[in-house]
Amino acid sequence: MVSNDESPIIRIENVSYAYGDKWALRNVSLDVQRNAITVFLGPASGGKTTLLRLINRLNDLVDGTRMMGRILFNGQDIYAPGVDVPTLRRRIGMVFALPLPLPGTIRENITYGPRLAGIKDKTRLAELTERSLRQAALWDEVKDRLDAPASSLSGGQQQRLCIARSLALEPEVLLLDEPTSGLDPISTAKVEHSLFELKSQYTIIIVPHSIQQAARVADYAAFFLMGELIEYRVGTELFTAPRDRRTEDYVTGRFG
Amino acid sequence: MNRYQVQRLGFVLLTLIALVVVVPIVLVVGVIVARGLKAINIEFLIAMPRDGMRAGGIFPAIVGTLLLTLGTALAAIPIGVGGAIYLAEYARDTWLTRAIRLAILNLAGIPSVVYGLFGLGLFVLFLRLGTSILAGSLTLAVMTLPIIISTAEEALRAVPSEFRLVSASLGGTRWQGIRHIVFPQALPGIITGVLLGLLRAAGETAPILFTVAAFFLPHLPRSLFDQTMALPYHLYVISTQVPGMPHEIQYGTALVLLMLVLSINIVATSIRSYFRRRRQW
Repeated sequence: MVSNDESPIIRIENVSYAYGDKWALRNVSLDVQRNAITVFLGPASGGKTTLLRLINRLNDLVDGTRMMGRILFNGQDIYAPGVDVPTLRRRIGMVFALPLPLPGTIRENITYGPRLAGIKDKTRLAELTERSLRQAALWDEVKDRLDAPASSLSGGQQQRLCIARSLALEPEVLLLDEPTSGLDPISTAKVEHSLFELKSQYTIIIVPHSIQQAARVADYAAFFLMGELIEYRVGTELFTAPRDRRTEDYVTGRFG
Repeated sequence: MNRYQVQRLGFVLLTLIALVVVVPIVLVVGVIVARGLKAINIEFLIAMPRDGMRAGGIFPAIVGTLLLTLGTALAAIPIGVGGAIYLAEYARDTWLTRAIRLAILNLAGIPSVVYGLFGLGLFVLFLRLGTSILAGSLTLAVMTLPIIISTAEEALRAVPSEFRLVSASLGGTRWQGIRHIVFPQALPGIITGVLLGLLRAAGETAPILFTVAAFFLPHLPRSLFDQTMALPYHLYVISTQVPGMPHEIQYGTALVLLMLVLSINIVATSIRSYFRRRRQW
């Protein structure tokens, strides 16, 4: 299916989702725009992480769940039978809240995904390693020790390694779930800076770890409360002139 | 007594209880080493028994035990580790997996002589393997399976679930995640479990009694379908069935068996501690 740049890259249609009897999402619909940073914000247990994990089907790993509605990626239902899930996950990458380097070296972490995808050529893997580490603003710090254990990096470096690891697969969409929650302000600034650099080539959806961060990075912002999408608009509008009372209370810090 | 004195008394009592555990081990090993060491020499280790086993060596029993342990390993490792991977990584909580777990739990509690009779019935008679190394190894393997499965499953479950999530998020299939991340991380624990299982197999008498062990066979087995002597059974035989048996030979045999088992144990322990130190999570 051919899609021009105006069409949404991801369309979420009436999605409801439950863990057992507990509904985590209720009838959520929204379109995610290409080459922009979309922010999912709201208080804890609002359904943000769940929605993020539905977009690349990571929640398939969880037992005892129910889903209604559709999620389209480039116009195609990602939950349709016959969808190749590993391929989908290569095109929609994920960075988790805590840095989770795999056991092994920095280089092995970066090349893990590409090697599973069948890339064996050493030059190509080296190329991918350098490019993705540069994109994640980590190259200069690790270029002389690519074969050191990934666990020897600092927390901030590990998180940028995890971003680089996702980028090495050349995804179209990058999902980030509170990627800076465990980081100091300097590392956070570095990660945010690389997000700005990346959005020309990638579509980014991020669950920010603070309202301030949301305001700094958002092109579009969606506010979730108790599994419902309350308001979804251009970022500056949502933060300066929210339409819903609940959004206003949240972004002005009345609850959180 | 004030509470500090009570505490001190408690510590003293607990220390004594802990020492009670150590004493029998020290005594058993001490007595066997002290009385068996005289019998140990090159001839004892590599010669055939002579004079109705009252002289000569115990070479065929050593070889027999090594062969049986090897055979047990070949049969039990693929099934045990495969079963553990299924239970830890694939199986959902259904009546089937609950039945499998219950079976494993019960298998672990069955007396070893029952395994011996089971092996006699299934492998020796029904499958017509005869009393043979093959039948003995398979019997020991069945007995070892619960140990291998439960320790290997535990080792796999100890690998943080985040690794599976990360692997999946990078486009790995479930099997690729297991093959490249989870299994290598669990391997030291699995090896330890396998060795502990084999350890038990190497020292057992009852399961080989009806399935493979020969009373006296002054040559080495020539094929998988031969009977063989084995250290635990040989020890039983020379301790109870042969009048006028010199004590050094009895203790020497016990010492060889003990050393074999202890060395497997030491290997298992060092593998575990080596990898624990290198572990990155």
